[in-house]
Amino acid sequence: MYAVRQWSVRHARGLNVFYKTFEAALVRLDPLFRAIGYSRLERPVAFVERNVKGLLFDCRMCGQCVLSSTGMSCPMNCPKNLRNGPCGGVRANGHCEVRPEMRCVWVAAVAGSERIPGGRAALAQVQPAVDRRLQGQSSWLRVVRERRSGGA
Amino acid sequence: MIFEDEPVPGYPLPILPGHTSPGRFERVLRAGQFAVTAELAPPDSADPEDVYRRARIFDGYVDAINATDGSGANCHMSSLAVCALLTRIGYAPVMQISCRDKNRIAIQGDILGGAAMGVCNLLCLTGDGVQAGDHPQALPVFDLDSLTLLETARTLRDEHHFLSGRKISFAPRVLLGAAENPFAQPTAWRAARLAKKVAAGAQFIQTQFCYDLPMLRSFMRQVEDLGLLDKVFILVGVGPLRSAKAAEWIRTHVPGVHIPDAVIARLRGASDAALEGRRLCSELIEEIRGLRGVHGVHLMAYRQEETVAEIIQRSGVLGGRVPWHPGRDPVSESNRKVS
Repeated sequence: MYAVRQWSVRHARGLNVFYKTFEAALVRLDPLFRAIGYSRLERPVAFVERNVKGLLFDCRMCGQCVLSSTGMSCPMNCPKNLRNGPCGGVRANGHCEVRPEMRCVWVAAVAGSERIPGGRAALAQVQPAVDRRLQGQSSWLRVVRERRSGGA
Repeated sequence: MIFEDEPVPGYPLPILPGHTSPGRFERVLRAGQFAVTAELAPPDSADPEDVYRRARIFDGYVDAINATDGSGANCHMSSLAVCALLTRIGYAPVMQISCRDKNRIAIQGDILGGAAMGVCNLLCLTGDGVQAGDHPQALPVFDLDSLTLLETARTLRDEHHFLSGRKISFAPRVLLGAAENPFAQPTAWRAARLAKKVAAGAQFIQTQFCYDLPMLRSFMRQVEDLGLLDKVFILVGVGPLRSAKAAEWIRTHVPGVHIPDAVIARLRGASDAALEGRRLCSELIEEIRGLRGVHGVHLMAYRQEETVAEIIQRSGVLGGRVPWHPGRDPVSESNRKVS
């Protein structure tokens, strides 16, 4: 929902802290997830993730979440799916070129990242091209699996 | 300026140390010249002569010609084809690639194809949304964005493989460019975005139309603070405004173009608004030339391309230099016939 999405950007700092804690908790649950089986968990977790993140961020379930690097403003809401910054068409009032009634997700992202420690630096990272195969999959479970295999 | 190894039209130049392309445009930039590029509006036609006629207008005034890729989301002859026609007779085109119409498979194919046809310069763009053009019902692709497009082109050139990892036997030797709009929101983050583009591989930048020098100066200061001045060649976008009414229309309808009220007032007060618009453009170019870290201007004179020569002439930025064009050097032309 648009109004909630704007609220989330205004509360990017708190949400980021919550997200980091939540992520750490999930990573600790890895043994349990493994016991149940990641493939069996995929659908129910994706269902919860879609609804929670859908409400807070208008999440599009790209399956490769970068919210903490984009000031809690989901870049997939950009009509051009830009994950590395705004296009050159942003209006003088900070709204979207394609959808004039919507605030540019990158104007929001820059504002949100100011509220997150290290947010500016995270914004400067070049995000890789989207892997379209992951559309609809749980980003949470993916992060847990990556953390585990990465040993971090 | 004439290079000793000036091209025989259609033949690539030797690649000098530190250069990434066999192109004349990179030579001009790295030689420290103030470069001039202009935008060619691709024809709504399948006649090659329509392309050549549009290119000839710039003869003697521009170092490279940008071939737009469905700009404004309107359908025209493809940028790859325009470039292929231009390189045939020795022009140095900048092939614009937009992410709107093609996915990563098509784009990588076009980069190889373009380079094979003698294209030495790419401009990696996001592209206008389809709602802006004459086919608003089309599917917007946006598989890549301008940053990942830059990285893709750099991967092909420097690592000699596709994004998939599959090897390519002969890499495209190109100079990589990107766009920036110092005049659009969020203005405070625009220089940082430019830094990101440089990190992704951009070697030159062509900006959106500049009508606001104080804003440009502030942007260039930020670029300098980020330590980017010696890492990228910046060409500032300029163009003549035909009338106050046209300027009003552009700033309301063309996404990302910022025109201050003072500019519109000046056009309104002029007895010949079109002439005033061209004068204003020449004055801007002169001022822009004096800015630290600016290496050239990029002229976008949509539907008034014939004014480019006059504008450049009046600005004096070429300082007597005659950029290469077909027929400039009869000697090298005759070399071609001999060899």
